[in-house]
Amino acid sequence: MSMTMGEKIIASAAGVKHVNPGEIHIVQLDKIMTNDATTHLTLDMYNHKLKYPRISDSSKVVFIIDHNFPADSPETAAAHRKMRLFANENNITIYEGKGICHQLMIENHVNSGELIIGADSHTCSYGALGAFGTGVGCTDFLYGMVTGTTWLMVPETIRFYLTGELHEGIYARDLMLTIIGDIGANGCNYKIMEFVGEGIEKMSVAERIVLANLAVEAGAKTALMEVDNKVTDFLAEHGRKPRQEFKSDAGARYAAEYYYNLSDIKSVVARPDHIDDVIPTNELSEIKIDQAFIGSCNNGRIEDLRVAASILKDHKVAPHVRLIISPASNDVYLQALQEGIISILNEAGAMIVNSNCSVCWGGCQGVLYANEVLISTGTRNFRGRAGHPDSKIYLGSAATVAASAIKGKIISETMFR
Amino acid sequence: MKQHFSGKIWIMGDDIDTDLILPTDYLALSSLDEMIPYVFAPIRPDFAALVKPGDILVAGKNFGCGSSREQASEVLGKLGLAAIIAKSYARIFYRNAMNNGLLLLENPFLYDDVSEGDEIVVDVGEKITYKGKEYDLQPIAENVLDILEKGGLVQAMRERTGRYNNG
Repeated sequence: MSMTMGEKIIASAAGVKHVNPGEIHIVQLDKIMTNDATTHLTLDMYNHKLKYPRISDSSKVVFIIDHNFPADSPETAAAHRKMRLFANENNITIYEGKGICHQLMIENHVNSGELIIGADSHTCSYGALGAFGTGVGCTDFLYGMVTGTTWLMVPETIRFYLTGELHEGIYARDLMLTIIGDIGANGCNYKIMEFVGEGIEKMSVAERIVLANLAVEAGAKTALMEVDNKVTDFLAEHGRKPRQEFKSDAGARYAAEYYYNLSDIKSVVARPDHIDDVIPTNELSEIKIDQAFIGSCNNGRIEDLRVAASILKDHKVAPHVRLIISPASNDVYLQALQEGIISILNEAGAMIVNSNCSVCWGGCQGVLYANEVLISTGTRNFRGRAGHPDSKIYLGSAATVAASAIKGKIISETMFR
Repeated sequence: MKQHFSGKIWIMGDDIDTDLILPTDYLALSSLDEMIPYVFAPIRPDFAALVKPGDILVAGKNFGCGSSREQASEVLGKLGLAAIIAKSYARIFYRNAMNNGLLLLENPFLYDDVSEGDEIVVDVGEKITYKGKEYDLQPIAENVLDILEKGGLVQAMRERTGRYNNG
């Protein structure tokens, strides 16, 4: 029987030959990740509610402190301390201040064909490397840590067939916002988004991560892409070989198929407070901004910082605008330093902050006041996501954010140049 | 878990995300009791003070979308809601709620008909009755029902711990 690559990964993890959408299977987990947004609750449950607390395999567990780092209050400092002590006592790998959880997982841990749960909704990012990553809450994380397994309902797969190539000044971010605008914020609810075609083959691993990362904003359980030379090279650069490469069978069943010619994609932004409220950047009426942010697990990679630097070079951030930039990891930060990007951004007037979730989640940095307007490469523009419930968040590419920071209003790279 | 119950309803809209259910500012508070006053703070700050145990929340599509923060489903459970009935749920919230023993039911039509403060009658896995009209409910998957009946995944796990100690 034909299967999609997502069905094959589940079948492999469940130790069965074949799975069908709608079936529930117990699957073995390859990695289990959690961060400081909820781990303090998980550890309270582990310590106080289990009869026989144990960890199935501590080598599969990764703790990452990235959401509120450095700590901004005694409460978060206590949550971090709890994670730190538990990780050390139980031989669990822990990263503290080294970067955003998904970037660190992709740089150091994720491998193709793996099934990974993370106590963070953007765990779906790992599909860019051909891994089935899906977000869970802290109770599912706890169950995974204790048993090494979880239950999964096999989702249906929706295929996105990409042809052509993005024009200059148009980015993977524009494509994914366009797709979510078309299908809606629950357009792939409970589904796998599978990206195929020459359009995806031409994209870098960084661009593929952008697509996979935002799959959850369309409600998807995960996103998946086939492993090719670019993925193999990426893994080799990070000291790993592909573990297992799954490809969808020719006769695999899809719940729906969508076709996108990448040359049709324009620069777009998502308007507050819904990510599926998408409009071409050039059709926006004048929107003045107070703050601009480049960073997050969606767009904080070196490729994004290079684009930002190419636009900000020899320009200044508008006087009334705060431009905050957070490289997605220390490795990205170091690379940007070596390439001279940090100097360019700094001279333009940007504030470079440590690698963390930062403005994207309204935690410890760059929180907005009432009626302030933010243009951001963050993952979400929910009401109040970056601070006051009456602040406004527009989402766009790193290029749009950089150009807008200079002009003090939302503008596309093409219009700017 | 009660199979048959009635309750007063509260209404929330479409795409209610977990940042609205419990904003980021309150996630690091050390207990659920401290978080409860901030349920729906950006859109309905008086909710925690007004809602009574046994009340039912009715919502539109994609309830619980966004962040995986489990505090969102936990605080709603802690308020004593008998159930949430939405047109649809985001999947992480769905699992989190069931894992905490909070009953989630799906019906595509109820939301469009009801008014806040009205009473509805629920027969789990069968139907909802509102002003004499009946709305279908799908049966709940067996493994999810098992978790719900034990009051949540951790409780269900406690009963099975022996197995995991061997495995």
